Amino acid sequence: MVGAGVVGAACAYYAARAGLTVTVLDRGPVAGGTTGAGEGNLLVSDKEPGPELELALLSLRLWRELGERHDGPARSAEYEAKGGVVVARDETRLKALRSLAAVQAAAGVETREVPGDRLHELEPRLAAGLAGAFHYPQDAQVQPALAAAHLLRASGALVRCGERVTGLLRGPDGRVGGVRTVPSGALPAGHVVNATGVWGGEFAAAADVFLPVAPRRGFVLVTEPLPRVVRHKVYAADYVADVASGSAALQTSAVVEGTPAGPVLIGASRERVGFDRTLSVEVLHRLASQAVALFPALADVRAIRAYAGFRPYLPDHLPAIGPDPRAPGLLHACGHEGAGVGLAPATGLLIARLLTGDQPPLDVHPFRPERFDRTT
Amino acid sequence: MRRRRRTPVERVLARPGPPFEITFDGRPLTALPGQSIAAVLWNAGVLAWRTTRVAGRPRGAFCGIGQCFDCLATVNGRPNQRACLLPAAPGDAVTTQKGDGRADLAD
Repeated sequence: MVGAGVVGAACAYYAARAGLTVTVLDRGPVAGGTTGAGEGNLLVSDKEPGPELELALLSLRLWRELGERHDGPARSAEYEAKGGVVVARDETRLKALRSLAAVQAAAGVETREVPGDRLHELEPRLAAGLAGAFHYPQDAQVQPALAAAHLLRASGALVRCGERVTGLLRGPDGRVGGVRTVPSGALPAGHVVNATGVWGGEFAAAADVFLPVAPRRGFVLVTEPLPRVVRHKVYAADYVADVASGSAALQTSAVVEGTPAGPVLIGASRERVGFDRTLSVEVLHRLASQAVALFPALADVRAIRAYAGFRPYLPDHLPAIGPDPRAPGLLHACGHEGAGVGLAPATGLLIARLLTGDQPPLDVHPFRPERFDRTT
Repeated sequence: MRRRRRTPVERVLARPGPPFEITFDGRPLTALPGQSIAAVLWNAGVLAWRTTRVAGRPRGAFCGIGQCFDCLATVNGRPNQRACLLPAAPGDAVTTQKGDGRADLAD
């Protein structure tokens, strides 16, 4: 497994449980990339029916096992089955939410409408005057860096940080047979899994295959520790449209949630500006004012820091999961955009099944990594 | 004869302006112009002015340079002030901060 983010960790966990011997490599630390910059959202609420929603429904069931069972490896990773609340500020947006919820419900998502005058029973500090909302009890949250670390530990895999992959080893038949790293040199392996997240396209290029993973930047604003001001993951209806959009331009919509440690996390922005880490005051300003519009009590709360991360974006918003027919021996598990933490366990289970030659629990065809290749 | 240990003020030959008063949990303390809140508290023998959120354990200054956020105090009713960075001002009311100091936002 190349990549010690949450996806690589989940792949290692399920592959090791299937009886495989696993080594995890990363050029940096565990959860040092997009995983460590995420909020740890485990969501079905923002997904339209289709392959990603099916993957998410499976993944949330797996997270529940990992996070809630007394011997679950993620039980110390702040797993919270808190539920999501998507709010609409006017009737037009509420109507749009209603039709989304109807098709989601038909696809197996639990959801119910909450009229505007009952919203305060769910979220006492929400702004007054909102048209209504939909409650999604299956949405959950986990502390992503802790989750990755605990999954890696539970996998029993050999974890080697500070190993930069510089190329792939090839057998006489051209089959991928391991990786070459700095500083260790040749590391042979029966299979290589590309779990390098937002750097997945670069890794694929080293194997001479095309995978157009691009960074989609997001900022998170972190408040001082607070009592439980926000109970669910609460976000504005516009977020669903932002997630589904392919635009490179800046989009922001309020996503607000508390954490067991106390700080409230405020997202979410999306823009495609390459790997530029420059702090954008404009983005932080928009995030803060949108969050205050949802939760007026946040107005006199201090934001103590902000951080940026890069979502691994693929043009059709679906991850690349599975063996690469263009490079036998290589599998991909990357390109999950903003849903990598949520989709990690299902991705790991799929990869483990594909490695052992067993039947995956759902159709992997929509995730095939060669789908962007014009020559195939 | 052993020489008396010099105070920091004497060591740097400082000639601070006239002292003034602040309070800690209602008790008057003497401060010098330019001293941080943490320095005033330490000078008065106060080592802890916050309790942790979960276990209620005592906390005071640790790094002393604004990095560790251990020395948070409530100053003039405003919680989460870094006592090691905030200069004391005449009449400041410092109070022990319990946990996150935002009981006003609790359920």
